[in-house]
Amino acid sequence: MASDVRAGEAGWHVEVANLLVTARGASGVSTPIVRDLSFGIARGEVLALIGESGSGKTTAGLSLLGYARPGCHIAGGRVRVGTTDVLALSRSELADFRGAKVSYVAQSAAAAFNPAQRLLSQVVEPALIHGLMSRRAAEAKARELFHALALPDPERIGDRYPHQVSGGQLQRVMAAMALIVDPELIVLDEPSTALDVTTQVEVLRAFKRVVRDLRTTALYISHDLAVVAQVADRIVVMYGGEAKEMGTTGTILEDAQHPYTRSLLAAAAPPGVPEAAADPAPPLLDVADLTAGYGGKGRAFIPVLHGISFAIAPGRVLGVIGESGCGKSTLARVVAGLLPQTSGQVLLDGKVLPARVEERTREQLRAVQIVFQSADTALNPARRVGPILARPLRFYHGMRGAAAHRRVGELLDMVRLPATLADRFPEELSGGQKQRVNLARALAAEPRLLLCDEVTSALDTVVGAAVLELLAELRRELGLAMMFISHDLSTVRAICDDIMILYAGQRVEFGSRAALRQLPRHPYTDLLLSSVPQLRQGWLDNLGAMHLREATGEPTLEDGARPCAFVRRCALRIEGVCDRATPPLRYLSKGGTILCHHTEAELSLEEVEDVAGPAQGASAVPDLE
Amino acid sequence: MAEAIAAGGERRRRIGAPPPLAALIARRIAISLLLLLAVSVLVFAGTEMLPGDVAQMILGQGATPQALAGLRAALHLNEPAWLRYLHWLWGLLHGNAGHSLVNGMSVATLVGRRLINSLRLALFTTVVTVPLALLVGITAAIWRGTTYDRVVNMLTIATVSVPEFLFATLAVLIFAVRLRWLPALSLVMRGASFLELLRAYALPVATLSLAIFAQMARMTRAALVNILSSSYVEMAALKGVRPIRLVLRHALPNALGPVANAVALSLSFLLGGVVIVETVFSYPGLAKLMVDAVSTRDMPLVQACAMIFCTAYLLLVLVADVIALLANPRLRHR
Repeated sequence: MASDVRAGEAGWHVEVANLLVTARGASGVSTPIVRDLSFGIARGEVLALIGESGSGKTTAGLSLLGYARPGCHIAGGRVRVGTTDVLALSRSELADFRGAKVSYVAQSAAAAFNPAQRLLSQVVEPALIHGLMSRRAAEAKARELFHALALPDPERIGDRYPHQVSGGQLQRVMAAMALIVDPELIVLDEPSTALDVTTQVEVLRAFKRVVRDLRTTALYISHDLAVVAQVADRIVVMYGGEAKEMGTTGTILEDAQHPYTRSLLAAAAPPGVPEAAADPAPPLLDVADLTAGYGGKGRAFIPVLHGISFAIAPGRVLGVIGESGCGKSTLARVVAGLLPQTSGQVLLDGKVLPARVEERTREQLRAVQIVFQSADTALNPARRVGPILARPLRFYHGMRGAAAHRRVGELLDMVRLPATLADRFPEELSGGQKQRVNLARALAAEPRLLLCDEVTSALDTVVGAAVLELLAELRRELGLAMMFISHDLSTVRAICDDIMILYAGQRVEFGSRAALRQLPRHPYTDLLLSSVPQLRQGWLDNLGAMHLREATGEPTLEDGARPCAFVRRCALRIEGVCDRATPPLRYLSKGGTILCHHTEAELSLEEVEDVAGPAQGASAVPDLE
Repeated sequence: MAEAIAAGGERRRRIGAPPPLAALIARRIAISLLLLLAVSVLVFAGTEMLPGDVAQMILGQGATPQALAGLRAALHLNEPAWLRYLHWLWGLLHGNAGHSLVNGMSVATLVGRRLINSLRLALFTTVVTVPLALLVGITAAIWRGTTYDRVVNMLTIATVSVPEFLFATLAVLIFAVRLRWLPALSLVMRGASFLELLRAYALPVATLSLAIFAQMARMTRAALVNILSSSYVEMAALKGVRPIRLVLRHALPNALGPVANAVALSLSFLLGGVVIVETVFSYPGLAKLMVDAVSTRDMPLVQACAMIFCTAYLLLVLVADVIALLANPRLRHR
């Protein structure tokens, strides 16, 4: 992927000119969702379309296949792929063209694979229906691609059904499905967005290697500048259906001209807040040896959290990080009383907090408020913003009438929204506004501890960064303590004093933000931190093979053994120890604790070696400060 | 790493694994049996609440109090309700539904022939309606938003809104009374020719079909539209899969569960419709028998008929649920 691929107007392999796509609203009025979009892609080049949700980037990508989603209509412009004028094709010609000349890789592989068919038959289908090769040849080629994409058990993975394969693997299988026909163009629509960071790195690496080896021309659609910086030669920045800026990846990253591009760049690396001084005051929340899970009562009990302990001092912010399924949200639900723990204690101000929300006093309920990830579902769509906020005011503070009305105005002001919004319904608000109302609803109780569960995850980068900034301000103004849950390291870095890293329901590392910056770290923390894409070109290429290594091969686990939770993926595992016994809690000299069989000295040796390894360019570890 | 993830996933699945398919089906059947028991209580209680006195009905207005009391004792009508329920249930479990209070014949004998007649009517209706409704539902889903879809939509709404007794009455009025094409009563004699059979069944089957066709077609369309708007169907279209293959290979296998449920729910509607249709056309079926039994306060007969209808309903829903379970690849392949 040479970054200086250039071609004259006539030399573009793929060309889009003055594209206009409209959507017909409920009232029958057509509104443009992509307007006057023009770009070209040279043969073998990777072009990125970047923008927030609703910017029209997916719509633009789909128009390269001559496809518009139901309700949308390609109303004008020209799309040329190779020698094919795509928009002039008939319905039947389009069917011949799609999947043969242009392939599509969808965002969520889990949804884009047919649950009722085996993977292999879906992967070879494009080659078969276009009559490009025999089934035997296609299946052989599919297995080759599985090999090339570093899928485990490439000979047999195709016999599985989609639900039997993990998300990261499915995404690579989908890439194989796209590549099997040797397409002239491959459209990748946010192919790594739904994945955990550690998985994302693997998928990005596999994609990049294959695309480079096959010299495939690709359109890469993403909202994530850091990811795009690793894979794209050139970038088109889209906003409101229009291209705002276009240039080589280097130019966009170093010398962005358009204000929107600059705000994207700024939002990708939010500034960290100064750490609050460690407070000798007794902790506000004290969680001891917490174990919780789902099921029970006749169904199999599925444990999610194992022996979690931590404390949050008044006014401090604890970040909880981990990949999906690690138990982060479950932890918030237990603290909020929504899911009673099976053992362990939650103390508020040194007093036991009853496990069930029904048993808590109103004062206890008031003190701990939760802000859910999705404001879309957390706000009652049938009520206006005013009543939504007035309800906790009446419940917790007995406030009614004019007083409540005044307070609603203050709350909206607190989350930087105009007071006039009180008369609106949630669906009339933007995603960011809804999340602010969601936050105001929690603040109405005047809590002392705010549980924020992935509050910025569903928002666009720029909007999310603004919400984050607001949280940091509120914390300063109100002295709120928070438990901030996220899968995204950079958002946690922006706001937290202490960080807890969860893996498979266990607290593998706990320490201050400063301590986490220093080596040695728990091997999982190390993997997690080094997997976060950085906003500079070449990060992925220079990432040492050593640094991101994960264990290969299955450890032999004996029945009844209680191994380390991370044993299957740990590159530093010790046979006969890590797969047998629960790791001890170790206090590190940098401050903080880890759950690991390795001593501090052993870890320091291994991890220093990694960072100083010859394959390393600049430090592969993101700055935490 | 990838192996590790897969292995981790498998481990998680094992811990929280749903019970195997056979266990799920067994549980579903057990629930149906429990429901049937609950239904028997309701049926018994319901017939208890019917006004009127059987002894009075049998002996007429002129009966002496002594005769009434004697008959009540003979029919065990003086025993407490729960005891009579247990007697009845015990009998049912042994295939003995009791004897008609009115003519003393065994309920099983009375019901037997009628049940076959009703089943025949239901079978003809099913054979006519199901393929047609599926065809219309599927095509409407494929061509959704087109004029065809809208016409189907309007027609199905129109037929759903017409009550079957109105349609049956109008059909008799037009085809039997005015045009004299078809018989008004559906009485089939032994040794009737195929044409006679066809003529006899035309009106009742048409009436019943109309009642369930619209619902079945609409529910099939809804189930399929849901799947046709899914990501994987869009993905298939983007692979260049043509519409017919798209529906047959990609959408329909996943629609099997919802469509089976739609069909079962619609067919269960037959059970209600048959009461009206058999009455209007004087068709010697089970529903007609039940209606007659209600008017003569012949409780054992009413109860037996009600139990048969309820069992048929539970059976239909059970079959649909089992098909849905079997059609789920997550349960079939672990």
